[in-house]
Order: sequence, then C-alpha cells, then structure tokens
Amino acid sequence: MENRILLSHGGGGEETQKLIKNLFFKYFSNPILEKMEDAAVLNTNSKIAFTTDSFTISPIFFKGGDIGKLSIAGTVNDIAMMGAKPRFLSCSFIIEEGFPFEDLEKIVKSMSEEMKKTEVKIVTGDTKVVPKGSVDKIFINTTGIGEIIYDGISASNLEEGDIILVSGSIGDHGACIMAQREDIEMESEISSDCASLWPLVKDLINSGVKIKAMRDPTRGGLSAVLNEWANQSKIGIEIEEEKIPIKDEVQGLCELLGLEAYTLANEGKLVLVVPKGEEEKALDIMLKSPLGKDSQIIGKVISDYKGKVILKSSYGTRRIMEPPAGELLPRIC
Amino acid sequence: MCLSIPSKIIEILPDNYAIVDTMGVKRKVSLDLMPEPVNIGDYVLIHVGYAMTKLSEEDAIESIKVYEEILEKLDEEEGKLHKEVD
Amino acid sequence: MSPIDYIKDFRDSKRIKALAKLIQNEVDRPINIMEVCGGHTHTIMKYGLKQLLPDEIDFIHGPGCPVCIMPKERIDHAITLAQDENNILATLGDMIRVPGSKSSLQKERAKGKNIKVVYAPFDALKLAKDNPTKNIIYFAIGFETTTPMTAALIDKVLKENIKNIYFHINHVLVPPPIKAIMDSKEAIIDAFIGPSHVSVIAGAKIYQEIVDLYKTPVVVAGFEPLDILESILWIIRQFKENRREVEIQYSRAVTWEGNIKAQQLINKYMQPRENFRWRGIGDIPYSALKLKDDYAEIDAEKVFLDILPNEAIDDHKLCICGDILKGTAKPYDCKVFGTACTPQNPLGSCMVSSEGACAAYYKYGKVKLVKEV
Repeated sequence: MENRILLSHGGGGEETQKLIKNLFFKYFSNPILEKMEDAAVLNTNSKIAFTTDSFTISPIFFKGGDIGKLSIAGTVNDIAMMGAKPRFLSCSFIIEEGFPFEDLEKIVKSMSEEMKKTEVKIVTGDTKVVPKGSVDKIFINTTGIGEIIYDGISASNLEEGDIILVSGSIGDHGACIMAQREDIEMESEISSDCASLWPLVKDLINSGVKIKAMRDPTRGGLSAVLNEWANQSKIGIEIEEEKIPIKDEVQGLCELLGLEAYTLANEGKLVLVVPKGEEEKALDIMLKSPLGKDSQIIGKVISDYKGKVILKSSYGTRRIMEPPAGELLPRIC
Repeated sequence: MCLSIPSKIIEILPDNYAIVDTMGVKRKVSLDLMPEPVNIGDYVLIHVGYAMTKLSEEDAIESIKVYEEILEKLDEEEGKLHKEVD
Repeated sequence: MSPIDYIKDFRDSKRIKALAKLIQNEVDRPINIMEVCGGHTHTIMKYGLKQLLPDEIDFIHGPGCPVCIMPKERIDHAITLAQDENNILATLGDMIRVPGSKSSLQKERAKGKNIKVVYAPFDALKLAKDNPTKNIIYFAIGFETTTPMTAALIDKVLKENIKNIYFHINHVLVPPPIKAIMDSKEAIIDAFIGPSHVSVIAGAKIYQEIVDLYKTPVVVAGFEPLDILESILWIIRQFKENRREVEIQYSRAVTWEGNIKAQQLINKYMQPRENFRWRGIGDIPYSALKLKDDYAEIDAEKVFLDILPNEAIDDHKLCICGDILKGTAKPYDCKVFGTACTPQNPLGSCMVSSEGACAAYYKYGKVKLVKEV
C-alpha cells in the first residue's frame, strides 16, 4: 500500500475498500462492523446514554497518548459519566491528503488497544480525505452508545452538604499539550492522563456508593465542571485549595506561563459528588483503582455563594474560582 | 508585570544559553544578560527567556529565618495567653 | 540541593498567618499602599491577602501592567503593520488581547493576518530565519524588566547582520507614571510597594526620587505572599519610626544598583521618548523609550512611517481607570465594571490584562468574601 493517504482513499472506490479491509478491519474487527451494512443494528437491554465528540489536537502524538487513544477514551468517558457501560462506537476520520499511512496505522492501533480496556466496539464508521490544507492532519469523530447501569446522575443534583472528590492530579493533559506545542521550547516529563475511566466508574457503581453527579473535567478543566454544577444546581461550592492534587511539574508550567492548573484539560480524571457520609467509602474504592490512586476529597456543597465556586486557602482566605474564558494565553508581562 | 520565576540551572549550553528547571519543567534560556558567570545548581530569575540575576541563597535563608522567628514568638505569646486564661 | 525552596518556602501558610497577625498587632494608623506592579496585584488577589489584613491597610492598584497601559493608537500601529502580508508581527503573551480603536491583534489573527505570540524575544530570530522573504516586526512591550531582552535581541540582530527584523518599541518606565499620579494632587497614596523585577534590572535606586519628592516609603517587594506581607510590615514600621526610605525586602534578587550589564545594553540602543500617552493616565513626558537615531533602519516607526496612523485616541468616556489608578475610586465604583467592560471585552486599561486592577477584581473578588475570624 502507498505510504501516504491520497484523495482516492476517501473516494468510496477500490482504494477506500482496501483501506477499510486492510487497516480498519485489521484492528477494529467485530461481527457487527464486518457486516458492512449501511447502518449497524444493535441490541441493548436498557436505557441508553448517547454522546458524540470530535477530536482535533496538536501535536497528534503526545506523551501518554495520541489522537486515537483520546478519541476512544474521550467518548467512553462521556458515556461512563452518566453511569452507563460503554457498548458501541461510531468512528469518522477526516484525513488531510498526504497524511502518512504509518501514522494512521499507529493511531488506529492505539484506538484498538484503548477499546480493549472497556470491551467497547466500533460498529460503524466513515472515512473522508480532504485536500491538503483543509484540515490539520487528521480529525476524528466518535459517537458512542452505552447502557445505563446507574440511573439518575445529573449536574442538577447537588445539595448543601454533598462532598466533592477528584480522582487524581489535575491539569496533566492540558499541561502536557501546552509543553509540547512547537512554539514553546520546553521539555518536561508531564504525561497526558488520557485513559478510559469506565473501570473506575464500574467499581464505584458496584460498591453501592450513591453517586449524585459525575463529570470528566476535559476542556476548561476542574473550574469549568465545578462552575457548571454551581450554576445548574443553584448552590455554592467550597473547595479547599491545598487538597486539589496538582503535580509539581504542572504547577511549574503554570508558574512559568502565568496559568492556573484548574483551567487546564484532563482526559483521565473524574470529579464526583456523593452525599455526606458516603465520601470515605467512595474515596476508598477510588484509591484502590489504578485510575484513582491519587484521589482526594476536595470540597463540599454549601448554601452560600449560590452559583459560585469558592477556593478556600489553608490560611483562611477565600477567592472565586472563575469559570475559564478566552484563549489560554501566557501571562508574560 | 514581568512574570518571573526562580529556576535552577541544570545545563550550560554553547552560545551562552543554558537549560533551567522550574519545578520539573525544563526550558532553554539565554544568559546574555547575566552580569556574572553562572554554574550548574545556581538559582536564577527567568523573564521572557532570559536569566536576569542569580538568587542569593544567603538572603533567602535569612528571610525564612526571620519568618520562623516571628512564628515562634507569636506561638509563645499565644501560649502565655492561654496559660493566663487557664 | 539547596536548603531553600524558592517558591514553596515563601508561600507557607503558617508563616503567612504569623506575618498577618504581626501586622494586625503593629498597625497603628490607616495606610493606603499602592502596589505599582500588576504582578503584585495578582498575588494580593490570588492569595486573598486583603482578607488577612487589618482595615487600616488598603491597596491601590497601580499602572504597572505594560499590556494594560498601551494606548489604542500604538495598538493600531501594530494592527496596521500586520495588514501587509509581507509582514509578520511578533509580540508577547496577552498583548494580543488588547483592543485598539477598532480591533485587537487576536481578532486580526483570526482574519488570517500574520501575528505570532512569542514566548521570548529571541524567538523572533527563528521567525526571521524560517521566513527569509518576510519582514518580522517585533512589537516590543514591557517595563524596565523586559527592555534589556529587546536590547539583547537588537544586539544579536545587528551582530549577526539579520536584515529582516524591525522593532516597534513600546518600552515604558516605572517612576514617571508614579510621579504623574502623585503630582495630580488627588492621589491618596501613603506608601509604595515597589516592583522588584524592574529593580532586578534597574536597581532599587530608581525609587529614591519618589521618597524624596513625596515623602512616601517605598519597599521593593518580591512576588510571593510572604514577600508582600513582610513589605507591608516594613512600611508600617517606617511610619512608626518616622522614617521615609527605599528599602529592599526582595534582597535575594534586588540590589541598589541593579544589573549594570543590562542597563548598558539598553542605553546603547535606546533613549527616552519625548512623550508617551498612557491609557488611563494620559500624556507623560519622558516616560517611555525609543530607539536611538543611529538605529533608524531597524526602527519600524521610521521605516513604516508613511503607513502608521498618527492620531491620539481618547479612552472610553465611562471608564474611570484614571481614578482607580489614583486611588480615588475602586473598580466597583465604575458604572461599566463587569457589565459593558469585562476581561473578554475590555473598555479600559484596568480590565485589559489579567493583571489590571479591574480584571483582578473581576476574576478574584467579584463576590464579597467574608473575613475568616
């Protein structure tokens, strides 16, 4: 096969068929996909959760993952956050003409490896190739369906007294991508936390802990999730600043660029709200999972400051955790 | 104004550049503005890609000592206060 | 291993509490302190220091944010220069967010104009090498701290005979706006926390004339919360002991004379500019720098003179940034604060950069925060 993707690979003809059979089937194969009907026919046993996301990222290969792994974990996580077991995915590629075949194979392989962690399957797909310059290398859209196992999780559920937990250090993914951007000459060991969170969510559900709300803090970071909850539930949230787990290197990058770690993206963390009294049990379950080994109880829901998130310092001062806005620009001066 | 953060010199490069480490993040900086030679292990202040000055460890230790003394003295006074109340 | 952690040791919560307590114990009169520098404003807001301090201590946030004080006509210059597709305009960080009279560099970049955010001035060298047929225009901003980095770049460009980099110099000085604010007579400022990164380069000596002219203490402070608290303590003690002096709290980095090598490099290429119009304050003579005439061939203001607009543009009518800088008003006193004027859509200088007084209030202090007893 040619070592670069050509416009003809997206034309629907022979080359497209070859690409599907030789690459996509090699890594994604399952009986539903291989039927190659116009649409996949699916059986589910319960209420379903349904979500879609498009993935564009630069660089496409980064420490801790790549756009392929991200496109699986991202959608799997959105499903899992609703208490649903991820079952089926669709997958659309939009590829820039001339994209190295070898890179596409790396991406597809990484997608297949990530799917093995949750038994989710790609059951339908599409490939388009667009002229050079029309997209930045490769865009991937995945849409997913999951079966609801734990019903009733919602951003509107928060009540005074509820406890908020996070499953590990925040900002790793955002900091990793920032540090690897071509225009900043920086080197760090910061690795993206990109991971499918379903195994952790499954453990939580199986343990019987009451889950009121759950989110994966992707773009906009922890701050976006907490502010959205405060708004949706019309309550205040109080976070103890020093309890938020932040890796030294992520903090270092923030110091260098004048950013806040809680506005940086995560791709393998969840924020969880449980009723008061359930937090120790939830924490225990989370700490036992490799996906939550650095989990922390970070705060609680309060009746004051409705619609706001308050950061409380260890020396008794409070400030607002603002929702993220605008482009993340380094504060240089 | 002028965001700048203490960083440690970990490697000296040719053409008067160096690699510095800020809490584990490494960056290449220019030493063109340094009035004195730097060595690996020195802490410097970095601003927009340039090292501006060495940090004086002696002065930093002195500051921390002052803070610790203030802390101790206040603790003592509070201790006394508690005793009086008792 | 150094026995000191230069970051964490100066943020220790026990020490922060102790210093705040000592300030409570020692303060014996109201003191309005201007922290000149946006970085200090940032620390004060981020760590909620006002909540730890007695009511006697009030902060007035100063004009020390080079992005905030950039007048619209200078931004219009940058925007004009970016219109020519032979040009690449390079500048630092959040400068691109600042609105000129009609647009901002960020908006122009979205329209496809060649505008690059660089992280260090020397990144312009790479731009010049990668784009040999284009003119790189370095839109230089910043106070005394950032000026020598531009000078170092100029030095390299001349020595290496690089022909496609031009400089649009907007470097400004700290003492002139302080004097302008104090000379307005309305200002109610008793003491200053002096910008220390400025003094790393220019020395603490630059503040002596402030003490001499206005009999106000100036303490040159570091940027960690403990640095600021200690500086406030020193200011209180100066008043108590009836002293008015320049003191260096940030002695681990600042000396009286500063970085002579950097100063020489600046003086080699730049000289005072007859006038600079500060957003929020207005015209201040000799408050900024420009390239010396000898370097006219790399001076974007001269090379592109014909196309640059040359009209002074007034601040927005409702904006009270000028009063905020004098200490006679707080951001909350402004009619458009948080409504027509927000960090995403700033009208006035103080809302422009995250270090401006209004932006800091917007970000950290919008809700009245209860004092911990």
